[in-house]
Amino acid sequence: MDAQTWTFIIVGITFALYIGVAVWSRAGSTAEFYVAGGGVPPVLNGMATAADWMSAASFLSMAGLIAFMGYQGAQYLLGWTGGYVLLALLLAPYLRKFGKFTVPDFIGERYYSQTARITAVICALFISFTYVVGQMKGVGVAFSRFLEIPFETGVIIGVGIVFFYAVLGGMKGITYTQVAQYCVLIFAYLVPAIFISILMVGNPIPQIGLGGTLEDGTYLLTKLDQLCTDLGFAEYTSSHKGLVDLFFVSAALMLGTAGLPHVIVRFFTVPRVKDARKSAGWALIFIALLYTTAPAIAVFARTNLINTVSDKEYATLPVWFANWEKTGLLKFEDKNGDGRVQYYNDQNEAFSNEVAAPKGWQGNELTVDNDIMVLANPEIANLPGWVVGLVVAGGLAAALSTAAGLLLVISSSISHDLLKKNLMPQISEKAELRAARIAIAVAVVGAGYFGINPPGFVAQVVAWAFGLAAASFFPAIVMGIFSKRMNMQGAVSGMLVGLLFTGAYIIYFKYGAGDPEEYLFGISPEGIGTLGMLINFAVALTVSYLTPPPPTAVQELVESIRIPRGSGIAGSH
Amino acid sequence: MSTTDLKAYWRKNVRYLIILLTIWFLVSYGAGILFVDMLNKITIGGFKLGFWFAQQGAIYVFVILIFVYVNWMNKLDREFDVDEK
Repeated sequence: MDAQTWTFIIVGITFALYIGVAVWSRAGSTAEFYVAGGGVPPVLNGMATAADWMSAASFLSMAGLIAFMGYQGAQYLLGWTGGYVLLALLLAPYLRKFGKFTVPDFIGERYYSQTARITAVICALFISFTYVVGQMKGVGVAFSRFLEIPFETGVIIGVGIVFFYAVLGGMKGITYTQVAQYCVLIFAYLVPAIFISILMVGNPIPQIGLGGTLEDGTYLLTKLDQLCTDLGFAEYTSSHKGLVDLFFVSAALMLGTAGLPHVIVRFFTVPRVKDARKSAGWALIFIALLYTTAPAIAVFARTNLINTVSDKEYATLPVWFANWEKTGLLKFEDKNGDGRVQYYNDQNEAFSNEVAAPKGWQGNELTVDNDIMVLANPEIANLPGWVVGLVVAGGLAAALSTAAGLLLVISSSISHDLLKKNLMPQISEKAELRAARIAIAVAVVGAGYFGINPPGFVAQVVAWAFGLAAASFFPAIVMGIFSKRMNMQGAVSGMLVGLLFTGAYIIYFKYGAGDPEEYLFGISPEGIGTLGMLINFAVALTVSYLTPPPPTAVQELVESIRIPRGSGIAGSH
Repeated sequence: MSTTDLKAYWRKNVRYLIILLTIWFLVSYGAGILFVDMLNKITIGGFKLGFWFAQQGAIYVFVILIFVYVNWMNKLDREFDVDEK
C-alpha cells in the first residue's frame, strides 16, 4: 500500500475514535459542559492538558524552527515548558480551590468589578480567537498536502469533527477526546524520531542520541557545528544573537503559557486542589516527552539535510527531494547553473566573498520550509508508508485538540461570563447549557470561516496571544492570590496599562512603521509581554496603595483560596 | 483554622515557592541563557553544558520541581490539618 492509502486509513480510524469517545462522554449539565463535572483524574487531565497545549505549530513547525535557529531555539523549548512550573506553583491549586468555571469569573469576583470581568472576557476572546484560526488553517494544510483534498474541504472536515464532539460533549467530550489525541500525537512524533536516532547514532532514545557519536566517532553536535560553520552559518550550539531578547522572549512565552485561559481552565476539571498540583506535573511530563525530542529531531534533520544536499548534483538527489519540491516546501533554484545544490549562508558577507565567490557560488540556492523537518522525516529515514500516515494523523490530532480547548473558552466566555454573569443573571441552568452549545457551534463555524479567510493579524499568534496573556491575566491572577491588599482600582489600571502598552508595541512593530533597529532595549514584539507584565505589576501595586483596601468579604475569599480544605466540585458553591 | 496558623501555613508555602522558583530561574535563565557561554566551555559527553541546559536539562528540572512541590505541599497540608478529606 502506498503512503496516501495508509494516510487515509489512519486518519479515518483516529477520527472514528474521536467521535466514539465523544458519544460516550456526552455532557448533561453546565458543570459537565464547562469543567467536565470536576471529575477528571489528574493523570488523564495531564494528558488532555498536553494535547490542548501542543498545537499544530508545536507538532509540525517547532523542530524545524529549532533546526534553523540552533541554540537560539531554546526560547521555544524553555518558554513553552517553564510556564507549567509557574502554573503549578502560583495559579492552578488556588484557582481550583476558588472553584468557578472560567478565568474572567475569578477576575470578576476577586476584583468585585464588572469592568474587570469584561476586560478579562475581551482578552480571553481575542487571545483564543487569534489562536484557533491558526489551528484551523493547520488542519486545512494537513489535508490538502497529504490527501490531495482541497484546502477548504479540509477545513470543513476538521470543523465538522470538532463541531460534533465539542457541541455534544462540551469540556467532558473535549477532555476525553484530547486524551486520545495525545496518545496519537506522541506516538506519531516519537516513532520516526526513534528510528532516525537508531539510524544516525545507534541509540533508540533521541534525547541521549542527541549527545551521541556518529559512525566515524565524532560527536553528532560537534559534527553539526562543523557543517554549519563550513557553510557560513553560525555554530549550531553557540549563542550568537542578543541574549537580552532571548531572555525576554522566553519569559513572555512562560508567563503567557501560565496566563492562557484555555490552559488555566483545564485545572478546574480535577476533583481536588492536590490533584490540580499533581496534574500540572503530569501535563509537563507529557509535554516534555515531545519537547525534549524536538531538539534531537532538529539536529538529526539539519545534519541529514546538509549531508544529503550540500554541493551535490541535483540529478543524484534521493526521491524524497523531488517529492517535497512538488509541495513547495523545498525550493531549489540553480542560480549559477552548475547543476549542483549550493546551500549556504549568503547573508554572511565575509563568507560569501572569501569562500563562496571563488568557488563560483552565486547565492544560496535552497529554501526549506520549517514544517518539512517533521513531515519529511519518515521518508528521509526510509520508513514504511504507515509512518507517514501516522505523522499526518498526529498533526491533525495536535491541531484539533488545541482548537477544541480554545473553542470551549470562547463559548464559556459568551454563555457564562457575558450572559449568565452579566446580561441575564436569571437564566436557568438548562437555558445556559443551550446557550453554551449554540455559542460553541457559532464559534466552530466562525473559526472555520476565518481558517479559510484568515484576517491579517492571525499570523502573529505568538506575539498576540502570549504577549497579552503575560501582560494581563498573569499579573492580575497572581496578585489576586498573593496580595490581599490588591484592590479593584489597582488590578484594573494594571491590566489596562499592561494591555495598551503591549498591544501598541506589537501593532507598531508588526503592522506599523516600526523598524527592528528601534526595539526598546532590543526586545522584539514576541518578548514585549514580559515588559508589559512588569509594568502591570508596578502600576497595580502603586495604584492599590493609594486607594482603599478591598472589602472584607474579598479578603476572606483570598484567605479561603489559600488553603485546600473545603474545595467542592467547581461551580457548586 | 486560627489566624496565626493560617499565617504560619502561608509563610511556609511562600518559602517553598521562593526556593523552587529560584532553582527554576537558575536552570533556565541562568544556566540556559545568561551564563550559557561560560557553561559551554564545559562539555559532558557530546553536549556543551550550556546548550544542554537550554535545550534539555532545564525541562527535566522543571518536571522535578513540580513533583517536589506536590510532595512538600501535601506534607504541609497534613501538618496544618488543611488537607482535603
